[in-house]
Amino acid sequence: MVSGPAPKADSLPIAEDVLARALDAGATEAEVLVMADDLALTRFANSEIHQNVAETSVSVNLRFVLGRRIATISTGRSDDAGLADLVERAAAIARTCDELEDWAGLPGPDPTGPSTGHAAAYAAFATSTADATPELRAAGVRAVIAAADEQGVLAYGSFTTSREEVAVANSAGIRSHEQRTSAQLLTVHMSPNGGTGYAERAATDVTNIDPEGIGREAAARAKATDHPISVPAGDYPVVLEPYAVVDILDMLGYVGFSGLAVEEGRSFSEPGRRVGSDLVTIIDDGANTSGLPMAFDYEGVRKERVVLIENGVCRDVVYDAQTAARASRRSTGHGLPAPNPVGPFPLNMVMSHGSTPHDELISGIDRGLLVTRFHYTNPVHPKLAIITGMTRDGTFLIEGGKVVAPVRNLRFTQSYLDALAGVSAVGRDLRTLRGSFGAVVVPALRIDSWTFTGTTEH
Amino acid sequence: MRDLTDRALDTAASLGAGYADVRIVRRRDESISVKSGRLEGVASGETDGFGVRVLVDGAWGFASSHHLELAEADRVAALAVRIARASGTALRTRVQLDNRPPAHGRYETPLAEDPFAVPVETKIGHLIEADRAAGGVAGVTFTESTYGAQREEKTFAASDGSYVEQVITHLGAAVEANAIEGDEHQRRSYPDAGGGWRAAGYEYIRGLDLVGKAGQYAEEAVALLSAPQCPSGIATVVLDPSQLYLQVHESCGHPTELDRVYGTEASYAGTSFLTTDKLDAGFRYGSDLVTIVADATAPMGMGTFGWDDEGVEAQSVPLIRNGILAGYLTSRETAPRIGRSSGGAMRADGWNRIPLIRMTNINLLPVDGMSLDDIVADTDDGLYLATNRSWSIDDRRLNFQFATEVAYEIKRGVRGRLFKNPTYTGITYEFWRACDAVGDATSYVMLGTPNCGKGEPSQGAHVGHGVSGARFRNVQVGVGKW
Repeated sequence: MVSGPAPKADSLPIAEDVLARALDAGATEAEVLVMADDLALTRFANSEIHQNVAETSVSVNLRFVLGRRIATISTGRSDDAGLADLVERAAAIARTCDELEDWAGLPGPDPTGPSTGHAAAYAAFATSTADATPELRAAGVRAVIAAADEQGVLAYGSFTTSREEVAVANSAGIRSHEQRTSAQLLTVHMSPNGGTGYAERAATDVTNIDPEGIGREAAARAKATDHPISVPAGDYPVVLEPYAVVDILDMLGYVGFSGLAVEEGRSFSEPGRRVGSDLVTIIDDGANTSGLPMAFDYEGVRKERVVLIENGVCRDVVYDAQTAARASRRSTGHGLPAPNPVGPFPLNMVMSHGSTPHDELISGIDRGLLVTRFHYTNPVHPKLAIITGMTRDGTFLIEGGKVVAPVRNLRFTQSYLDALAGVSAVGRDLRTLRGSFGAVVVPALRIDSWTFTGTTEH
Repeated sequence: MRDLTDRALDTAASLGAGYADVRIVRRRDESISVKSGRLEGVASGETDGFGVRVLVDGAWGFASSHHLELAEADRVAALAVRIARASGTALRTRVQLDNRPPAHGRYETPLAEDPFAVPVETKIGHLIEADRAAGGVAGVTFTESTYGAQREEKTFAASDGSYVEQVITHLGAAVEANAIEGDEHQRRSYPDAGGGWRAAGYEYIRGLDLVGKAGQYAEEAVALLSAPQCPSGIATVVLDPSQLYLQVHESCGHPTELDRVYGTEASYAGTSFLTTDKLDAGFRYGSDLVTIVADATAPMGMGTFGWDDEGVEAQSVPLIRNGILAGYLTSRETAPRIGRSSGGAMRADGWNRIPLIRMTNINLLPVDGMSLDDIVADTDDGLYLATNRSWSIDDRRLNFQFATEVAYEIKRGVRGRLFKNPTYTGITYEFWRACDAVGDATSYVMLGTPNCGKGEPSQGAHVGHGVSGARFRNVQVGVGKW
């Protein structure tokens, strides 16, 4: 009776088994996506561990096609009876569905080679992360807390390690399989004098995360934001730390970088349209090894590098198999698990770095604000990319090119497109972080004007 | 189920757990989506597994698995104990739970027509007909209609002898019409923008009259394209239930979560301004008209159940009584810290998540005297705001900003022309103190959201909100540059 390893899912054999069963059951096309996860998370607050969890799960997703009738069924069971039931339910529902007139069929294999074996597949996995123990995470948390203790502040955060095995098999010949790992450590340090500071790192390999350094960064920021002053709402030039820049990419991905958003007229993106300054280049690249790489998407299609914005000009958006067919394009490998009303999504965005050292981002501002992080952002007008949200965990007043005081948090209501147009300097360092929808690699930015529309009490 | 729960509890105890509970959850989901009159997708999902939560020397551990086997119960219980011991290496205060009687019994969501027994083609037919009714309106760019249903069968057992079984069914349907012209994108949704979810059977969907309502909402989406921009300034606003429910959710529900008050969500969703020194100190949250309860027994509410996921019986807990802070959403761990017993608000998102303090049904109780129509008639100059479009609130739940799909001008007691892109903002307690009218029971309706997010790993929750509409004075509207 020991806590040994969780049972293995063998995801590709399961995918192939279910595919064969679906074809035997009369499917004219079928796609099976298997995702097997081992996730563990150690959470701390008030400088102690208060939640500590682990899970082993598997999800088998079957897209069962009868001509142009499609049903998508999933199960959390991988035993024989569970898989048989999955196929039976899928066949029954598909028979009752209306035909999808413009069904373009499932994607076929990449003519340049299988997704499995792609360079990104090897960079996506680290044994150290897959084998991470509760004791390793607790030791990391203790290091973060020790850094907080040194500065007389309290630590609140989480340390996550996960291993994911993804396999896709379809009747058009796709066989994609990959093991991915990821680790993330984040903390908010809070001082008794009102200061709060944030720090975070994400990596494929947990040994690339430095808990002590993260703890020190957050503690220094928490002490620096003690006794914040109030500044009125209004337009200010800003320096956004990478933690805040993540939100710009997240939101633009959500409202505009998808082939479905373009098809439905919801997106700002049109090839050749200038939306940013010359300094702004954003790509999506699943093979980028400084992020959290993925060789293929949830339809098994190899991820292509897509230039979303180049030197301020919209170039392209991302596609899955169906949106690509309707646009007379090839899938770029950005499909999410079916059924997917959201459309394709860029999960590996990278914003190009510039050449400006961090202190020069700040010294270029006469009077403005340094923003560490945004909180609870939401689109007010998606097509104009007008977003509202709050600052948190480290907001500072800049005067005469220097940080002079911490300030209470502010609300902003700002078009992120206007923000890109106002980028006047880009930091030279990149940081890998977890966004709301995937991994992002981002620099710090200086933006000439940002509209703050409200204040709060802390 | 008994053999697996017994095995997990016995194993945990034998390895040193002072307390343990186990939940076995089987969740079944079904969804249908229709876009611009054509079936986009039919999906059905099923997941089952179990989670074991243990206290070892005052430290928590939790582990879970989808393998419902006795040997796996041993492994998972042992892993939970090992994790708890690791937690103990960074522990400053030992967890103590309140005493509650062992829970026994069974609960099922009352319903007349089982949504999972209604043929899929019938449900598809209803949705396509409604979607096409919206799409048939000239000027509509695209439509999107959704149906969803979820059923959870849950077994909870604890080392104190508790054993309860529950079957909880939720479902929803909604139609959305979108009109786009140039950079302008307007949308109207019915019955609300959150999918129209309730705890009910398919009889609720039949009663929505999606087909009958879809056209008028679509016409409004088109009309908004040429409507004037919502004015900026200080205004009187009347919030329709389709917006007020989310105002209650964000600015009353979340701040009263006691775990948030104690900082355990600080790194993710934030904390709360509602510190415990304000309890029993007469803290004025709102005007005398504002009475809010957390009622886990309310009909059709998605926060209604028999017992929470710690085995605490469903109850109605006063949060704000006549404008004064009266209580919090609590757990067995947090309630004793304010000298109370758990109010039964611990809920987990499936078998692989630990229970957290979550909203149940956070209801703004109706006030006799004025119907919602009376409130409009009583308003000389203002805006009537309906159907949420976006939401945001700071990390202590003070500064909020909402956008709604539509604003109607109110002049001399009459609802008139449309304004597009309405927004309003405020500070939580200032806003609720400026509430000078709450609708009576004639407009009281149970709404809710199926995607309340909290926790790490992320957990979604289905929560309910009973509201009747209300009026607020001196509100900043028309925020930002347009």
